[in-house]
Amino acid sequence: MSRLEVLKTYKIYIGGAFPRTESGRFYPVTLRNGIVTNICLSSRKDLRNAVVAARNAFEGWSGRAAFNRSQILYRIAEMLEGRKAQFIEELMAVGATKASASKEVEASIDRCVYFAGWCDKYTQVFGSVNPVASSHFNFSTQEPTGVVTIIAPESPSLLGLVSCVMPVIAGGNTCVVLASENSPHVAVTFAEVLNSSDVPGGVINILTGKEDELADQFSSHMDVNATIYCRQKHLKKTKENGALNVKRIIDWSGKDWYKAGDDPYLLLATQEVKTTWHPIENIAGTKSGY
Amino acid sequence: MAKKTETKLDFGSKWDYSAAPESADHASIKEEYGLFIDGKFVKAEGGKKFASVSPSSEKHIAYFAEASDKDVDKAVKAARKAYNEVWSIMPPKERAKYIYRIARLIQERAREFAVLESIDGGKPIRESRDVDVPIAANHFFYYAGWADKLEYAFPGKTAKPVGVAGQIIPWNFPLLMAAWKIAPALACGNTVVLKPAETTPLTAMKLAELIHDSGLPAGVVNIVTGAGATGAAIVNHPDVDKVAFTGSTGVGKIIQKAIAGTNKTATLELGGKAANIIFDDAPIDQAVEGIINGIFFNQGHVCCAGSRLFVQENVKDIVIKKLKDRLSTLIVGDPMDKNTDVGAINSKEQLNTINKYLKIGVEEGAEIYQPNCTLPKKGNWCKPTLFLEASQSHRIVQEEIFGPVLTIQTFRTIDEVIDKANNTPFGLSAGVWTDKGSKIFNLTSKLRAGVIWANTYNKFDPTSPFGGYKESGYGREGGLHGLLPYVKLS
Repeated sequence: MSRLEVLKTYKIYIGGAFPRTESGRFYPVTLRNGIVTNICLSSRKDLRNAVVAARNAFEGWSGRAAFNRSQILYRIAEMLEGRKAQFIEELMAVGATKASASKEVEASIDRCVYFAGWCDKYTQVFGSVNPVASSHFNFSTQEPTGVVTIIAPESPSLLGLVSCVMPVIAGGNTCVVLASENSPHVAVTFAEVLNSSDVPGGVINILTGKEDELADQFSSHMDVNATIYCRQKHLKKTKENGALNVKRIIDWSGKDWYKAGDDPYLLLATQEVKTTWHPIENIAGTKSGY
Repeated sequence: MAKKTETKLDFGSKWDYSAAPESADHASIKEEYGLFIDGKFVKAEGGKKFASVSPSSEKHIAYFAEASDKDVDKAVKAARKAYNEVWSIMPPKERAKYIYRIARLIQERAREFAVLESIDGGKPIRESRDVDVPIAANHFFYYAGWADKLEYAFPGKTAKPVGVAGQIIPWNFPLLMAAWKIAPALACGNTVVLKPAETTPLTAMKLAELIHDSGLPAGVVNIVTGAGATGAAIVNHPDVDKVAFTGSTGVGKIIQKAIAGTNKTATLELGGKAANIIFDDAPIDQAVEGIINGIFFNQGHVCCAGSRLFVQENVKDIVIKKLKDRLSTLIVGDPMDKNTDVGAINSKEQLNTINKYLKIGVEEGAEIYQPNCTLPKKGNWCKPTLFLEASQSHRIVQEEIFGPVLTIQTFRTIDEVIDKANNTPFGLSAGVWTDKGSKIFNLTSKLRAGVIWANTYNKFDPTSPFGGYKESGYGREGGLHGLLPYVKLS
């Protein structure tokens, strides 16, 4: 008698743990082999819990050395590479061909490596020392904007999610992501990769569920600093909600993640510019400028 | 322990300062100003106009046209035409030379602009002369040079102009805000429709005359005067590509919502409630000067004003004593007098707002302190005010007052003051006073605000990016980073 396969329960990822949705609800996604998977239909309460986790993780993550963040992002790539076959299988289970699944997984791994490299470089490239006319030392550098919610693209489900998350966390933000509705499995499995990559709990939180239920809350939550929106239906509502607390609304709908993902300006989208002044005594003959 | 009797500084009671007024003779003001559209000065549709009144003398200054939707439409059309036919296709180094020319013309007429700014807005002539006007000229001079160097500003990308920029500016730094808005927009190849605030349109219209003199092609800069409805017409005009707004967080939110369904981008420079933090190891005298400058500069009509003072507990008494002493030496009065430290409150409305908050502060239980100083009989005036014993839950601590009102709180530890300082929806600026370098960098990296002044306050420079975190807005003005809002990258 052939061995019975052990099936995985797909759960969500909040604060470094894998709870079920607090709502107890699910939606079924039938795989190509006929197996029905019950995916968590996350609630608004799950989102609020995830934002709390992300906010708590922010100080620690943004306070880490950029070099340390760089190593952790690279570690994600290492873990992803090691589980490549599993991701390809999961993408194929919801309809991808072997070739397209391989391409997507490989691009996702490479995207992690790409942004790993930016962690300790972007402030060098995009910061500045400003030659003010008064007797002051003055410099501008990027800092993370805070907690970012992401409505990831429906497709490509893995590459889209990875391409949104990596620039956000490379720059020291923490985030809450809504995964692809019809292909959520890779997002949950990606959470397992994160969980074994030294990414602190709460830095990336992943929910599964329906955009129609959650898009409004993703952009209206008052303790969220920025929202990245990658779909079409709720773009206008998302932008309107931004006005509630002057949230940065980032429209990445319609991006071709194979072509447009290796770009440091994606990282800058969730960065603030901070300018610091300090007096210098007697520079170039000018008097002290306290 | 017996309470020591407090010694009090006696300043100016034995003799008066002689008046040292700046002469306004050389500054000319027309009876009436039109709208500056397509290189010409035109009346508003139906001849609608409004008056601007001096907030210090209450004298009528001039009439200004009140632009309607139709007038704004004309201005946007002129800007679009100039964008398509002239400005966006002009060789960048030629663009640069026009902007340099504007900078030079402002420098040449600096004295006139300073005088008019103080008459119309009420700010002390020392400030308009030494801050507003020179920095406005410098902004044009700085950004002029970027026009033909944009490929170096955005590594790996090609920068193209956005198109027509609709710009709405506040009344606290009328000419300077116009420069902050117009200079980077022009340098990047955009054309502009700008609306000054309804209480301070004078220097903007003078700038329009100057731009006319500069020979800048018609329609590249259009300036329309009016109130909120005129601003709304700009924001909602379908052919405006970009909105740049400086003003209150409330209006900023309305704008963000209004453009939600469009492809317009925005730069919002909104309100603030900055913490100014003074540690026990700070050079106290310098810090006190910085605190005074932080809150009373421009009557506190400054979005980045250091309006929340945090004093380390063990130096509270000495700091407050010195602050009170310094307060008694501030001269409040005629903006045109070169001795004046604190000028007129910009409008009756704003004075009412400030007085409302003074009342709220007292009712909430904070202890109000104002120096004995005589205020002119006519005009809008507010004594420099301290609120002692203020706490985080007070409205005067949480809300932007936009006047010469400083709340004072104490703290013991660094972590405590960081928490208190960051506990606000705003994040525009902050100040730190300590002699210890490592403490400065600890603080400046943990304060969630766009501009941090360490051992200084309220400094501005064209090369230095300015703008907020959180509800203080987004986008930067000034410096290399001030170019980004005015380009499309590909």
